[in-house]
Amino acid sequence: MTNFTPVSAAIGGLLIGLSAVLLMLFTGRIAGISGIFGGLIKPQTSDRGWRMAFIVGLIAAPSIAAVGGYPVPMPQVPGSYITIIVGGFLVGFGARLGTGCTSGHGICGIARLSPRSIAATSVFTVAAIVVVALSRHVFGG
Amino acid sequence: MPIFASFVCGLVFGCGLTVSSMIQPAKVLGFLDVFGIRSGAWDPSLAVVMAAGLAVASIGYALVRRRSPLFEKESLWPTKKDIDQSLLFGALLFGVGWGLVGLCPGPAVANLATLSLPVIIFVIAMALGMLAHDLWPARAAVRAADNLKILKCPPSNTSITPAAQ
Repeated sequence: MTNFTPVSAAIGGLLIGLSAVLLMLFTGRIAGISGIFGGLIKPQTSDRGWRMAFIVGLIAAPSIAAVGGYPVPMPQVPGSYITIIVGGFLVGFGARLGTGCTSGHGICGIARLSPRSIAATSVFTVAAIVVVALSRHVFGG
Repeated sequence: MPIFASFVCGLVFGCGLTVSSMIQPAKVLGFLDVFGIRSGAWDPSLAVVMAAGLAVASIGYALVRRRSPLFEKESLWPTKKDIDQSLLFGALLFGVGWGLVGLCPGPAVANLATLSLPVIIFVIAMALGMLAHDLWPARAAVRAADNLKILKCPPSNTSITPAAQ
């Protein structure tokens, strides 16, 4: 476990949880990014305002952090462009079909003790673990 | 005011992703690489992020549940209860995509700040995937029916939680 960073992970997790609680307290909405983003880009949406504001804040955070001197390295995105496109499409389609993602189901849903979210989170976590196992240890990443 | 409040929430969320390094696909893949435990490659950090996030969110949600939101008329608590095929199949597809790249919607969108080309391509592909689902007529009908269930909550100044929660 050479890369384990429990302290920053805990602090970051607290902030993510806090953001979800604040969004519910302030606007009565679930902080599920697939839902917020998906609803933003959908042709017929009536509430783009708060969605756009949340997304802007989300993108602003690492920008401000970087300007403030906090290390924000360029993300190392693995795989060929084909993998990235297929992965992205599956993440988008799957999140909408499954009504949520890691934030919507994994944090917000489980925090509400939603059986749907517990099921979804279990399924997508196992699926992801299997894919990583195959790509790193079977097919030799 | 709800606009500014949402912006602040997005900012806090983005800070959480940045501080925890969950904005880095390598960190996420490090957790998903459970079979890398033998070589010391396994990184449980994501589990700590989730645990901390859940601790705050579960307590916080329990506290705010009974009240109406500060800057909106009513809160939208999801009402679907059944674990259906769409949920499971959607989660499966999502998990496969997530395992392939180590990016999910939050970190992907936050990473647009870096102007990384692979991230931009991922986000475009993700957006297309979302639209492919949302504009699919059969799925749109199902979603419309679900939305009607949420909107049936009567608007009032007291908290909205459907009795069946």
